[in-house]
Amino acid sequence: MIQIQHISKDFGKFKVLKDINLDLQGGECIALIGPNGSGKTTLIKSILGMVVPTAGDILFDGKNIQQKWTYRNEIGYMPQIGQYPENMTIGQVLDMMKDIRKMPEDTLDLDLFHSFNLPALLEKRMGTLSGGTRQKVSACLAFMFNPKALILDEPTAGLDPLSTEILKDKIKKEMGNNKLIIISSHVLSDLDDMVSQIIYLQDGNLIFHKSLHQLKMDTGTDKLSKAIAHIMSVSSPSK
Amino acid sequence: MNKVIRYVLADLLRNKTIICYTILLFALSISVYSMEDNYEKGLISLLNIVLFVVPLMSIVFSSIYLYNSSEFINLLVSQPLKRTNIWLSLFAGLAGPLSLSFFIGVGVPTLMYAFSNSGLILIGCGLLLSLIFVSIAMWTSVLIRDKSKGIGLAILLWLYFGLLFDALVLFLLFQFSDYPIENMMVALSMFNPIDISRILILLQLDLSAMMGYTGAIFRDFFGTGLGMGITLGVMLLWCLIPLWLSVRHFRKKDL
Repeated sequence: MIQIQHISKDFGKFKVLKDINLDLQGGECIALIGPNGSGKTTLIKSILGMVVPTAGDILFDGKNIQQKWTYRNEIGYMPQIGQYPENMTIGQVLDMMKDIRKMPEDTLDLDLFHSFNLPALLEKRMGTLSGGTRQKVSACLAFMFNPKALILDEPTAGLDPLSTEILKDKIKKEMGNNKLIIISSHVLSDLDDMVSQIIYLQDGNLIFHKSLHQLKMDTGTDKLSKAIAHIMSVSSPSK
Repeated sequence: MNKVIRYVLADLLRNKTIICYTILLFALSISVYSMEDNYEKGLISLLNIVLFVVPLMSIVFSSIYLYNSSEFINLLVSQPLKRTNIWLSLFAGLAGPLSLSFFIGVGVPTLMYAFSNSGLILIGCGLLLSLIFVSIAMWTSVLIRDKSKGIGLAILLWLYFGLLFDALVLFLLFQFSDYPIENMMVALSMFNPIDISRILILLQLDLSAMMGYTGAIFRDFFGTGLGMGITLGVMLLWCLIPLWLSVRHFRKKDL
């Protein structure tokens, strides 16, 4: 569904992404893992067109996304830090998004809207919300328009355990609907029972892209966290 | 495109600063016109206030608003919207309320007390200046990421157009007073939209007789239909060029 071909990105002299190639298909839940500053968020923002790569192409459903915008109808994005206009209420933000996406009311996916109990908070201003509630609004917006691809950047950071479970259940449910889900997270224990493939980035380089099963076989471990710890300890002395 | 304009407009028309600005301009205009018995004197007093306040308000308010809505812009960019449309909507959303404030604050009293050619030109120039300085603010705020630097640059640019440019022109005038530089002065004034407005309005009043030979040259140029047309064109370019540059930059900006 998403092809990433030879993507590089420089911020001045600093190379954030170095010649990344990926082929991501629907029905997969892909974990994007790497140390801080390894280029995960930049890669995600490149797919969304928020960051313009220095070189390379990104194809969505076979079409180049450069300077295009309609393809974003098919993507639900949950940012790392949800930034919303401070003086708008939750209700206004939701209305604005519905207005932008132009989807009929009865086709909206309101599962998270209800299970996070957002109807009770509609009058609250975004500026007064806690980090966790902002995350709930972001998650609700990402899933609301039934997108083909979901991109979740640190989705569980700041969420309480109950909400984390609700979100994980929702992600698993959407995986069954042949959607492509990309999750970037440091909470490996959350990922273990959800993801099917792992992408590991370090210093802007793609270290590997393989299935979770394969990774566990290669490292001889039974948990994702142990496998990643194994990878990190092998790769760090070489620096 | 008009969806985004609607949200920005709804936000700005309730904005306290915009409402205060309108009331301030209105109070100033009414008091200036009722103090002077001759409307031309009133126009000149008002002219100086307008040329000072309108650019300041337009450039500083727009810069602050754009920096404060960076989150809103980020949110919009990740949605299925065209970047050019987002940026032009922001321009329209800012330029609309600011021009409307000027029209209510200065335009309406001028139409009531000083309905004349010079009055109409004052309104036209004020509206164009609002657009021009919003457009310059769009450009500087897309170029500079840091909020305090960006607002500092906005204030510097206003100082440059409002004060420093005139000081430079005066300096040149004295240095080259032995040479025939009158035509050059006309060309030079085109580099500052505030100066263009000032000359245009002064020439409509009888005051230009006091401006000596340079005044006569100005009258020869700005007084004719062609001169007025060129001037209007230059003012529109002042509005369009920074806006175009800002759109070009925003389309490729990393957010």
